[in-house]
Amino acid sequence: MTATSVLATAIEESASPPTSVPLPESVPAMNPSADSIPASARGVPETDGNSPAPPAPALSPLFERARDIAASILPTFLMLVLLLAVWEISCSTQESDLPSPSRVWSESYEVIVHPLKGVSFDSSGLKIEDGGDVGIAGHILTSLERVAIGYGMSAVAGVALGILIGQSLFAFRALDPLFQVLRTVPPLAWLPISLAIFQQAGPSAIFLIFITAIWPIILNTAAGVQNIPPTYRNVGRVLALSPLRYLMRIMLPATVPYMFTGLRIGVGMSWLAIVAAEMVQGGTGIGFFIWDSYNSSLLTDTIVALIWIGMVGFSLDRIVGWIGRRVARQG
Amino acid sequence: MKQQAYLSLEDIGVTFQTRKGPFTALQNVDLAIDKGQFVALIGHSGCGKSTLLNIIAGLVKPTRGVVLLDGDVIDRPGPDRAVIFQDHSLLPWLTVEENVRLAVDQTKKGASKAERREWVLHNLELVHMAHAATKRPGELSGGMKQRVGIARAVAMQPRVLLMDEPFGALDALTRASLQDAVMEIQAKLNNTVVMITHDVDEAVLLADRVVMMTNGPAATIGEDLAIDLARPRNRIEAAETPAYIHARQAVLHFLHQRYSNPFDKAA
Repeated sequence: MTATSVLATAIEESASPPTSVPLPESVPAMNPSADSIPASARGVPETDGNSPAPPAPALSPLFERARDIAASILPTFLMLVLLLAVWEISCSTQESDLPSPSRVWSESYEVIVHPLKGVSFDSSGLKIEDGGDVGIAGHILTSLERVAIGYGMSAVAGVALGILIGQSLFAFRALDPLFQVLRTVPPLAWLPISLAIFQQAGPSAIFLIFITAIWPIILNTAAGVQNIPPTYRNVGRVLALSPLRYLMRIMLPATVPYMFTGLRIGVGMSWLAIVAAEMVQGGTGIGFFIWDSYNSSLLTDTIVALIWIGMVGFSLDRIVGWIGRRVARQG
Repeated sequence: MKQQAYLSLEDIGVTFQTRKGPFTALQNVDLAIDKGQFVALIGHSGCGKSTLLNIIAGLVKPTRGVVLLDGDVIDRPGPDRAVIFQDHSLLPWLTVEENVRLAVDQTKKGASKAERREWVLHNLELVHMAHAATKRPGELSGGMKQRVGIARAVAMQPRVLLMDEPFGALDALTRASLQDAVMEIQAKLNNTVVMITHDVDEAVLLADRVVMMTNGPAATIGEDLAIDLARPRNRIEAAETPAYIHARQAVLHFLHQRYSNPFDKAA
């Protein structure tokens, strides 16, 4: 028996036991926890009371899918309840410095239930009232607009610079050390320089977002270009593709997964920079809202704003990730 | 003055600069190939046969010597020397048709869109892959991918067709059916072909000439054997003819007695 055939048999043998275990047995293991919560709370359609639930393997695909979703959401939900409970209990005393969830609810009630104050939609588009008296969603929208501009610019510049240093070894050696140093500078540290360069609050805020988001985009795009399989490069060389055709037909499609990793980290970073950016440009925006509520000792408002920032950041990340998957599939 | 061959390699030598000093991979390689000839290059791993193919392709520059194709000096890659890569190297983001189309667009610049499309489909039919024109490489088996790789190369109407261990990654049955496909295409088009292989039967069955390489470093051509087998060749019938058996023995003798695997010797 040769070494490879021994190996092959070993793999076969180690692979066979799991497949021989009947699948249904592993399913009921998940049931007790899932069943301990009423179906309605899990977002699972209630089954008809008359017909008893059939054995696991015969379940309708729709029901099984719903149960899978419930099984994946349930731990998050339980964790959230637990966290809120611990927070509530530990901060319930009057002398507690951190407000409890119930105090956040009562003291920031207006902020929570009227997020769209001062925001109006009409035929001419979205309108946000000038001045500070705007709901939290209005602040978020203002911040999103700034992030869109700063991040958009960093995406374009980052991909271009990434291709440059990925393609040219000279440019890589010249610029990579610089980028590696600069990328570790926190957004707040850029603030004085940004103000000194631009003199005005608006452009400075955009620059802060830009400079925070650009590094992962550059470095990941460069890594993507450097990791194009040599055979794809050879295809381009044998076909004598022009540089533009090579860029469009081989380099960009081959780099898409890396590029979107960078774009995804970048969108998260740009959202992280928003608070720093809006400390410069006051008046509106979620970063300003936090700064303002801190200065007015409205800690409960800050907590509400934190939750909004987290949710929006999470959504941005998912949106860019989704676009990346779409683009990669279409090539 | 001697008659100039269609493709000629003259005194090719390749030396790589390594950390331990210069390493000579190839030395004094002279090879003359006639138009329409099918040449198989065979040798042990690491003998530099892939380097030699890449030199003809223009992907690697020789340290010394020159490659002439129909009188032109080869100094860069180009679509007149199509390569069928071992790993097929189809672009996964393009469909089968688009992959071949990319090559056709580069080589038939004067043709209309309809003519190019026609030509792409014609070549896919040649390898029996027209049915998969709209599929992406990821949806195809290894053998089907390499069929498309062949179609892409043949569609370029190259002056020389280069194959770099084209069936090395395939199982024996798939390999046999692709070898038959190559023989079928070769009977129609009569390309000039240089194929790298380390499969003795593949070399003898497909080629007009088997060029055997010595082991590196400083590898060179050890023996050059003409295969006198009538075409079309049938793998079962051919294997029983004395000419086939003789050629096979000669190649085996060269590879396993005169120049046995350098790694066996070291062990």
